Amino acid sequence: MSAFTSSADRRAALGERLGRRILILDGAAGTWLQDRQLQEVDFRGARFADWRSPLKGNNDLLNLTRPDLIARMHGEYLAAGADLIETNTFSSTSIAQADYALEDLAPEIAAAGARLARAAADAVETTDRPVGVLGALGPTNKTLSLSPDVNDPGFRDVTFEQVRAAYAAQAAAMAPFVDFFLVETVFDTLNAKAAIKALLDLDAARGEAVPIVVSGTITDRSGRTLSGQTTEAFWNSIRHAAPWAVGLNCALGAAELRRYVAEMARVADVPVIAYPNAGLPNEMGDYDETPEETAAHLGEWAASGLVNILGGCCGTTPAHIQAIAAAAAGTPPRVVKPRPRAMRLSGLEPFELAS
Amino acid sequence: MTSIATFVNVGERTNVTGSAKFRTLITEGDYAAAVEVARQQVENGAQIIDVNMDEGLLDSVHAMQTFLNLIAAEPDVARVPVMIDSSKWEVIEAGLRCVQGKSIVNSISMKEGEAAFVEQARACRAYGAAVVVMAFDEDGQADTFERKTGICARAYKILTQTVGFAPEDIIFDPNIFAIATGIEEHDGYGVAFIEAAKWIKENLPGCHVSGGVSNVSFSFRGNETVRRAMHSVFLYHAVRAGMDMGIVNAGQLDIYDDIDAELRTRVEDVILNRRADATERLLEIAERYRGDGAKAGAEKDLSWRDQPVAERLKHALVHGVTDYVVEDTEEARRQAERPLHVSEGPLMAGMNVVGDLFGAGKMFLPQVVKSARVMKQAVAHLIPFMEREKEASGEAGKSNGVIVMATVKGDVHDIGKNIVGVVLQCNGYDVIDLGVMTPAETILQTAKEKNADIIGLSGLITPSLDEMINVAMEMERQGFDIPLLIGGATTSRTHTAVKIEPAYARDATIHVVDASRAAGVVGLLLNEGDKADYVAEVRADYRRIRHTRENAKTAKPRLSLAAARDNKLQTEWLDDRPPAPKRPGLSVYDAWDLWELRRVIDWTPFFSTWDLKGRYPQILDHPEKGEAARSLLRDANDMLDRIVAEKWLTAKAVVGLWPANARGDDIVVWKDEIREDVRAVFHTLRQEHDKDTDRPNMALADYVAPVESRVADYVGGFAVSTGFGEAERSKAFEAAHDDYSSIMLKALADRLAEALAETLHEKVRRDLWAYAPDEALSSESLIAEKYRGVRPAPGYPAQPDHTEKRTLFELLDAPANIGIRLTESYAMTPAASVSGLYFSHPQSVYFSVGKLGAEQVADYAARKGWTLKEAERWLAPILGYDMAKPVAAE
Repeated sequence: MSAFTSSADRRAALGERLGRRILILDGAAGTWLQDRQLQEVDFRGARFADWRSPLKGNNDLLNLTRPDLIARMHGEYLAAGADLIETNTFSSTSIAQADYALEDLAPEIAAAGARLARAAADAVETTDRPVGVLGALGPTNKTLSLSPDVNDPGFRDVTFEQVRAAYAAQAAAMAPFVDFFLVETVFDTLNAKAAIKALLDLDAARGEAVPIVVSGTITDRSGRTLSGQTTEAFWNSIRHAAPWAVGLNCALGAAELRRYVAEMARVADVPVIAYPNAGLPNEMGDYDETPEETAAHLGEWAASGLVNILGGCCGTTPAHIQAIAAAAAGTPPRVVKPRPRAMRLSGLEPFELAS
Repeated sequence: MTSIATFVNVGERTNVTGSAKFRTLITEGDYAAAVEVARQQVENGAQIIDVNMDEGLLDSVHAMQTFLNLIAAEPDVARVPVMIDSSKWEVIEAGLRCVQGKSIVNSISMKEGEAAFVEQARACRAYGAAVVVMAFDEDGQADTFERKTGICARAYKILTQTVGFAPEDIIFDPNIFAIATGIEEHDGYGVAFIEAAKWIKENLPGCHVSGGVSNVSFSFRGNETVRRAMHSVFLYHAVRAGMDMGIVNAGQLDIYDDIDAELRTRVEDVILNRRADATERLLEIAERYRGDGAKAGAEKDLSWRDQPVAERLKHALVHGVTDYVVEDTEEARRQAERPLHVSEGPLMAGMNVVGDLFGAGKMFLPQVVKSARVMKQAVAHLIPFMEREKEASGEAGKSNGVIVMATVKGDVHDIGKNIVGVVLQCNGYDVIDLGVMTPAETILQTAKEKNADIIGLSGLITPSLDEMINVAMEMERQGFDIPLLIGGATTSRTHTAVKIEPAYARDATIHVVDASRAAGVVGLLLNEGDKADYVAEVRADYRRIRHTRENAKTAKPRLSLAAARDNKLQTEWLDDRPPAPKRPGLSVYDAWDLWELRRVIDWTPFFSTWDLKGRYPQILDHPEKGEAARSLLRDANDMLDRIVAEKWLTAKAVVGLWPANARGDDIVVWKDEIREDVRAVFHTLRQEHDKDTDRPNMALADYVAPVESRVADYVGGFAVSTGFGEAERSKAFEAAHDDYSSIMLKALADRLAEALAETLHEKVRRDLWAYAPDEALSSESLIAEKYRGVRPAPGYPAQPDHTEKRTLFELLDAPANIGIRLTESYAMTPAASVSGLYFSHPQSVYFSVGKLGAEQVADYAARKGWTLKEAERWLAPILGYDMAKPVAAE
């Protein structure tokens, strides 16, 4: 049983806490599941034993085939102190599931993931400890701003309408169970805009708004997204989502990400969320940063007033989240300030026309 | 960097309804060329690009998608926002699905009723775009103040209350209509727009006002001068009323103050509807201006090609056009009796016109250098014919005079010298340019062999001053009796008067302050009648300077070294602990992105190199110099395109950050953090002037925590160069008789080196030393240096001793790491190089050490391990006493 009668009440309680402390988001699902060393058979379960494609690595499918594991993962992150947890639905669009020939099942996988997260949250939630569920919408494996063919820069292998429709189906399946949508790991802002369009259309159709959190990804030290935008240009591009929070995640460790989080903190007039990787991957593709190391960086971000919500991405574990929560405890959150009124546009770079 | 505007002009070059050229490219499917148009527009400064594909024969949806997808792949274009411009909603929506940035939709309106308007506005909001809203409703386009404001107020209410649009994302277009049409009802259209703009800004808070400006002048089609004046006057008033966005090509605008006064008044009468006969009065004078516009337009006027060949050559010389010079020269040669008659006839006549215009301040240096390029190419064509003729007759050509020029030993800078060479060649002198790093003996030997009439010396760094004295002394010793000219950035009239002229008494020694004076000075010196008077005048002037300086010397109060040291900059080191570098040791960059550098170029010194003095960008609009400046900048940008695209230059940099502490006025660089073993020592000099204020007497050592404070501090150093590849290409240009391009390349390489030094400093502050990780500055404030920390260079006012570069280069291992070397005078090669130290002290500033007393010079000599003589030689420019009678000996 949930401690709140409605998602809106829960959001109000979370919003009140957001005003006086730093909220904690959970850590990586992929890393946690990788540590379980699952085999093809785990992913298939009974239902997909004879499926025509290999399924190993389709973490979202575990929502249907190993719900026990997903529930345990949420439980561990909640025990570590998370206020907000993400649904295990990063790839639950028909576009991403097409790799496994599961495009038709994408909404079912998404709905199952949302239900599991809500149930895990309800298990620990009290009126004194609201737990928010963020319905995760990943970037998909296609890009709307870039051509996959270097010889034909005008070509696109997917259309805006296809991406929007895929997100719309995923979001509609999850909407009844989530408190927020999280458009995350945005490496192509046009994909994110398709997601936002889908979410705003869904709000209009349902007559009820589910607030949006948007988190971009600075892909390397050039300080730009994969599609070439600076942090501020990215913010200008998605501000129409009127996000509950905006920030950055993935690709970089805390040390490398800090300056871009600081930049987001400078430009955004909404709460800032940040969840970096546990450092940069080593030559084996593993992440070596210890919970203490990650927490030391994020504690400094908190102390410097850069953030309102902290969590972890690739390579982080419940131990990392626990350390981050401890590091941020007692530190006041970043103060959200309005900016002077101006029309703020963007290409790859920002442009401002004062009002 | 955020581009911030208070008024934005949106061009129409990628608009099929606004540009015939673009329409042709799109209808013919030449999208590559169409993308090029967009690129040029952005490079020329467009802050937003308007894309319109509304052409009856086109599949506009497809064209919009194709073009936007293509420019998305061009970072140079995609960096700016797009205005998606169409009267068809389906085209707009197709466009919105292609842009990742936040764009502007142009436009939506209530012409099909409120329901369609709300639906389209909702979609724009969900796609994340700002909107232009036309003042258009079910009854048509608004033409009066009441209709315009009424419709905008209604739309504002719907957008902000029903749709949830942010007011700052709404741009109203209250319709600019043609005026002066002869129809009386139209006379008030201009005023109606201007007043509506004012009302909207006052009553509909947060939103913006835009308009298509060229409509206003529609009735003057074909008379570009009047149209441009109307656009400018209209904008002048509308912007003051609150209009903050305009759609008009920059080429269709004049500077308000530059418009002919009579025309401006009559245009103003029409725009502001100030008198009933305003239209007739404008028509009365309009014919006078017809045709003027064509010259300024983008279309090349080739009517000069119809003139006789002598006139054509003159035109080519005055306008710097090389396209036809060889064929015209050949035609002239065939008509002339001898090839010499061509160079002494039409070519010299043309150059005389150039010289007169330059002398009268009607042409500027870059234009003259372009003229010279034409001249050189013409002469190059004639030379083989002249040689053949000479072989046949055995007779030599005559010249106005022979001038031997060189950058002195130890110095590598030659832009100024090359410009002077070109100017002198334009004036008919034979210039023998010995290049850079030329020993005195080579200069004098050549002067003897070639029977030179004048020797010219150039240098940029202070040790070159000494070398110039050396050349002067040698000229005296070897019995020369020809004038000596002195020029270059470090030289001055005072130094020439005090140090060089006394060394060479046999003939005149003259400082030439800039290239524009060179021809005048040489003309006077080589004219038997003028020379004596002129030289006497200069000599008298230099005597006066020496005299004044002699008297002034005692006037400036100076502190003792001990008192100056007592008044050093005080720092509470324990309260304000210096930051430790995030990346200590050396960082080497062997191919910095030139594109990145290009965007932070500080252009003001570039114009100064070309004798166009004034601040950028204001200089582009300067009433006299503006045209030359714009043309120069265009050529510079064209060359930069190629430098970047074809990798003409390589930009390299090395940075070092080391543990360090001050010891007295020295800075000790430690081997490691244990801070016991000394790796190197930087020596610094302290200001001695007695300050009336309580300001400290600074030395760079004050910016580093002293050893006795036991505080761990650091110092940095850097060397950068963008000159790799410059010399080869400059030589190739010179071989092709194209000094203009050669000088341009050198000047641009210098600018890129400065840009690299500035960019690198930012990286050091933010990433490598990282004491200011959150610093975010616009390129303007970067140029204005509004940040913490300084990067003073040895040889400049804060540490005038060039030899400190040796220590810096050893620490950086600059020759091995990036290939920059030092000459015997401590000039860096390649020439386009910058080096310096880094200090992070929050109070660090650039200062000038000023003149030094004998006490500090002796102290410095002891610290450096020099004899007093050596110290006086290297510090010669800042000695506060006369070397012959040192104060210390008194």
